Amino acid sequence: MLRVENLRKVYQEGTKRAFEAVADLSFTVKERELVCIVGPSGAGKTTLLKMIAGLLPPSAGAVYLDDEKVTGPPEKMALVFQDYSRSLYPWMTVEQNVAFPLKHRKLGKVETTELVRDTLQSVGLAGAWSKYPWQLSGGMQQRVAIARALAYQPEILLMDEPFASVDAQTRADLEDLVLQLRARYGVTVVFVTHDIDESVYLSDRVVVLSPSPTRVQEIVDVPLPRPRDQVETKELPEFAQLRAYVWRSIKRPETSEVPA
Amino acid sequence: MRENSRPIRVLGVGLEIAVPIALLALWALTSAGSTSFYFPPLLDIFRAFGDTWLFERVSTDVLPSLARLFTGYAIAVVAAVVIGVALGSSRTLGRMVDPVVQFLRAVPPPVLIPAGILVLGVGSGMKVALIAFVCFWPVLLNAIDGVASVDPALRETARSFQIPARERLFRVVLPSAAPQIFAGARVSLSLAVIMMVVSEMVASTNGIGYFVLQSQRTYAIAAMWSGIFLLAILGYVLNALFLLVERRVLRWHRGARAGAG
Repeated sequence: MLRVENLRKVYQEGTKRAFEAVADLSFTVKERELVCIVGPSGAGKTTLLKMIAGLLPPSAGAVYLDDEKVTGPPEKMALVFQDYSRSLYPWMTVEQNVAFPLKHRKLGKVETTELVRDTLQSVGLAGAWSKYPWQLSGGMQQRVAIARALAYQPEILLMDEPFASVDAQTRADLEDLVLQLRARYGVTVVFVTHDIDESVYLSDRVVVLSPSPTRVQEIVDVPLPRPRDQVETKELPEFAQLRAYVWRSIKRPETSEVPA
Repeated sequence: MRENSRPIRVLGVGLEIAVPIALLALWALTSAGSTSFYFPPLLDIFRAFGDTWLFERVSTDVLPSLARLFTGYAIAVVAAVVIGVALGSSRTLGRMVDPVVQFLRAVPPPVLIPAGILVLGVGSGMKVALIAFVCFWPVLLNAIDGVASVDPALRETARSFQIPARERLFRVVLPSAAPQIFAGARVSLSLAVIMMVVSEMVASTNGIGYFVLQSQRTYAIAAMWSGIFLLAILGYVLNALFLLVERRVLRWHRGARAGAG
């Protein structure tokens, strides 16, 4: 379980240029839950994710993972960054990229190879082991990044606007891949996005953030049936209602009403 | 990647070989009847080249020269990369030493020879030290810059996956800085050849530089030209070997850049 408690971040604290990015954030993510965090652009989403990931120390408050305070990158967490072209290592092949974080795990060579190939297969990249990232399309590169995170066998997968820079069709494919992989690996997912449709489509719950300095605007339950489908789920009237509800919550923070 | 058709590529390679041969032929023809003392016929120079360098003076002059060159160069590259990684990793440290580095590298290298002779004598040690000193700066500056400009996203990725420091250095920081380190090392390689020759001309009893100067002083003009030829060939071959290594090591870099463009 992930618990975010009164998290606050002020950049350049104590100087004239101090900037309060995150004011006060609290929410929890249950085991095996998929939670999307949405907010207007500039709402400190990436700041929040970096604090959860232990890459950025908060100014106040804390993040707890299974009741343990996060002070550095936890072993049980893996990250997928937005910019796949800058987070994959161009001098390593696809296979080496996925295997790289596993080197200091106490796994045998055979086991590692098996795990890497198995994970690559599960993201649909069975034939691309020996390719370099720059030989692949954007969508495929992001699949490599997802495979790398999954092969790390985390309890929680953090994704920072992972599909923001791929085309619409690829994006839909990758969204379904995330749902599929979550079912297969039983991993908890925290997914940051600015796309409202995406957040409703994927989530069990949506955490809506206010504009900066960020607070939790509200947390919306998404009781849509699973498995979800790009066409069928999105034509449900409940989907449209939730989508509109989240939309209004982001646009007009004060006057949102509970959906009928 | 450039997609050249096969015939055009063959033509390109053919020209690369044909043009130098044509130029040499032209030189040989125009100098054939030369009676000038300073510009002997090319064939005389070739003859002197054969007599001198195949392979009589290889062990007495060429090998000592190459040994100094490579020892000095290797010391410089290793030291510059080690120190460059340290300085490039800390912005404060990098800032602190920057003026010193800029000042030291501004010293014109040959002017160090008198001081070198005074302190280290006229032996190989002095020459190796001078070559190392000269080659150190371009690699150092490029290593500092390369390490300092490793993409923060790559560092953060490594950190989030708890990659140990040693692995981060050898598999993230150094590969990322490698294109720049190679650029510096290539500049240094030509400086190393220059410094080798100059140091051998000023104070030496053997070496290619010594031979060229000695030939000129004893009016063995064809032999002098043959030494110059040898140095040109040496520089050419060293550069070609360097490019070969660079192309292998940085294959990903060319590919990644072509992919991004």
